[in-house]
Amino acid sequence: MSRPRHILPGFGLSLGYTVLYLTLIVLIPLATLFWKSASGGFGAIIHTLTDKQVLASLELSFGASFVASLINGFFGLITAWALERYDFPGRRLLDTIVDLPFALPTAVAGIALVTLYSVNGWIGSLLVNSDIKIAFTPLGVTLALVFVGFPFVVRTVQPVIADLSLEPEEAAACLGANRWQTFTKVILPPILPSTVAGMTLAFGRAVGEYGSVVFISGNLPFKTEIAPLMIVTKLEQYDYAGATTIGLVMLIASFMILAISNYLINRNLRRFAR
Amino acid sequence: MSAIIEVREALRSAHYPFSRATAEPPWMKWIIISITVAFMGVMFLLPLVLVFIEAFRKGWEGYMATFNDRATMNAVWLTLKVAAISVPLNTFFGIAAAWCVARFKFKGRRLLTVLIELPLWVSPIISGLIFVLLFGSKGLVGPWFKEHDIKIIFALPGIVLSTIFVTFPFVARVLTPQMEAQGQAEEEAAMTLGANGWQMFWRVTLPKIKWGLLYGIILCNARSMGEFGAVSVVSGHIRNKTNTMPLHIEVLYNEYQFVPAFAVASVLAMLALLTLVLKSFISDKR
Repeated sequence: MSRPRHILPGFGLSLGYTVLYLTLIVLIPLATLFWKSASGGFGAIIHTLTDKQVLASLELSFGASFVASLINGFFGLITAWALERYDFPGRRLLDTIVDLPFALPTAVAGIALVTLYSVNGWIGSLLVNSDIKIAFTPLGVTLALVFVGFPFVVRTVQPVIADLSLEPEEAAACLGANRWQTFTKVILPPILPSTVAGMTLAFGRAVGEYGSVVFISGNLPFKTEIAPLMIVTKLEQYDYAGATTIGLVMLIASFMILAISNYLINRNLRRFAR
Repeated sequence: MSAIIEVREALRSAHYPFSRATAEPPWMKWIIISITVAFMGVMFLLPLVLVFIEAFRKGWEGYMATFNDRATMNAVWLTLKVAAISVPLNTFFGIAAAWCVARFKFKGRRLLTVLIELPLWVSPIISGLIFVLLFGSKGLVGPWFKEHDIKIIFALPGIVLSTIFVTFPFVARVLTPQMEAQGQAEEEAAMTLGANGWQMFWRVTLPKIKWGLLYGIILCNARSMGEFGAVSVVSGHIRNKTNTMPLHIEVLYNEYQFVPAFAVASVLAMLALLTLVLKSFISDKR
C-alpha cells in the first residue's frame, strides 16, 4: 500500500497532535465515567435509578427542557423570521444580543434571573397579586432553560430562511395562494426540519444546564431539584456510584439527542439542496 | 379628473396590503416584530440591564469597594490564571485540528470532527465529575498523585483541566469551516514556490485565518473565564484559593452581599458584551 502523497505539509504532525490531545483531555476522562459505572456493579445502578428523589430530578430536567424547547421553537422561529426578513430599528442590536446566552457566564444569568423574578424583583413584583409564582418553582426552571436554549433555534433557522429563494413564493402568489397558504405550504416545509433540529439542540443543552438554573430553582427536593444538581449532591455525600449513574444516564441521553439533530440537519440539507 | 383619482384610490386600497406578493400584510409584520422585540427585551435585555443597575445600587464607591476586597481580587487573579493557561493550549490545538480536518482527506475524518465537538454536549457538571472520578482520592489515578503529593482536585490543575475540557472545541469549530471555505490554493502556491512549512504557515495561512482565529480565541476566553458548573465540581470552593470569579459570585450571592455579587457579575457581563460586539465586527470583516 503506497502512502497518500500530500502537497501540503504537516498532516502527520497535526493529526497526531490532535488525536493525542483529544485522547488525553476528552476521551480518557469520558471513558472513566463508563468504567466507573461498570465497576460499581448493576446493583448500584438499579439502586440509584429507583431512588424517588433521583427520578423526580430526572423527570424535572427532561420535562422542563422539553417544554422550554417547545417555547423556543415558537419564539425562535418568529425571531429568526423577523431578523432575516424585516428591517426595523434595533434589528442589528437584537441580532447581536441573540448570542448573549452563549457569551454570558451562566452564574451571571442565574443571579440576574432570580433577582428579576423573585417577589421583590421587577417582574416578580408585578405577579405578586396573581397566582403565578416563577422563582423557586418548576416554571422558573423552565424560564431559565428558555433563556439558555433560545440562540440554538434562532441560529439554526436563520441561515435556512436567508437561503430561501423568493421564486417559489412568487410562483405561489401568482397561482392564487394567499400569504398564509404560501407560508404553510411553501415556506414552512423547508424551515420546519431545521426548527426541530434547533429545538433538539436547545433541548440537549437544557438537560445538562446548571449555572443559570440553580439560583432560580431554589433546589427544593422532589420539586425543583434538577438532575445535574443531584450529581453535585451525591458527590457531596461521597456517593460516587450514584453520581456516576446519573451522569451516565444524562450523557447517553445527550449523545442520542445530538445524533437525532445531526440526522435531521443532514436530511434537510439533502432534501432541499439547491 | 376626480374619477381618475377615485379609481387610483380604489386600486391602492385594494392592493395596499399586498403591495408585494412575497411580503406579509403590514399588520402581520407588525405583530411579528412586536413579539420579537417584546420576547427578547424581557428575556435578554432586562436581565442584562438589571446586572448593571444592581451593581451600582450603592453608587460608584459601593461598586469600587468590591474590588478592594482580598477575596474578590484573589478570585479575579485565579480566573485570569486559568484563562492564561487554557486559552493558548486550546488555540494551539484548534489550529492543529483545523489544519488536518480542513486540509486533508483521511479515514475517520468525520468521526474526528464529531469527537472534537463532544464536550459541547456534555453537561458542565459531568465535565467536572469525570475529573473527580479520575483524580479524586478514590479515583482511577488519584491515589498515585496523592502519594507523590501532587494536588489536582480542589486545586489549580483540576480547575484548569475541566476548563480546557469545556472550552476544548471552540477554536477548532470556528477555524475548520472557515479554512474549508477558503480553499488551499494559496498554500499550495507557496509550497511550489519553495517555501518551507513554517514560512507557509506564518506568511500565508495565518493572515488568511486571522479574523476567524481571533473570534475563536475570544469565544474560548469568554467561556473559560465564565465557566461555572464544571469548575464548581472540582474546585472545592476554598476562599482565596480555589474560587474563580463565577464561584465567587455564588458565594457572595448566598451571603446576601448583592451589590458585590452583581459588581463581580458586571465585569463578566462586560466581557460577554465585548465578545458579542467583536463577533459582529469580525463577521462583517470576514
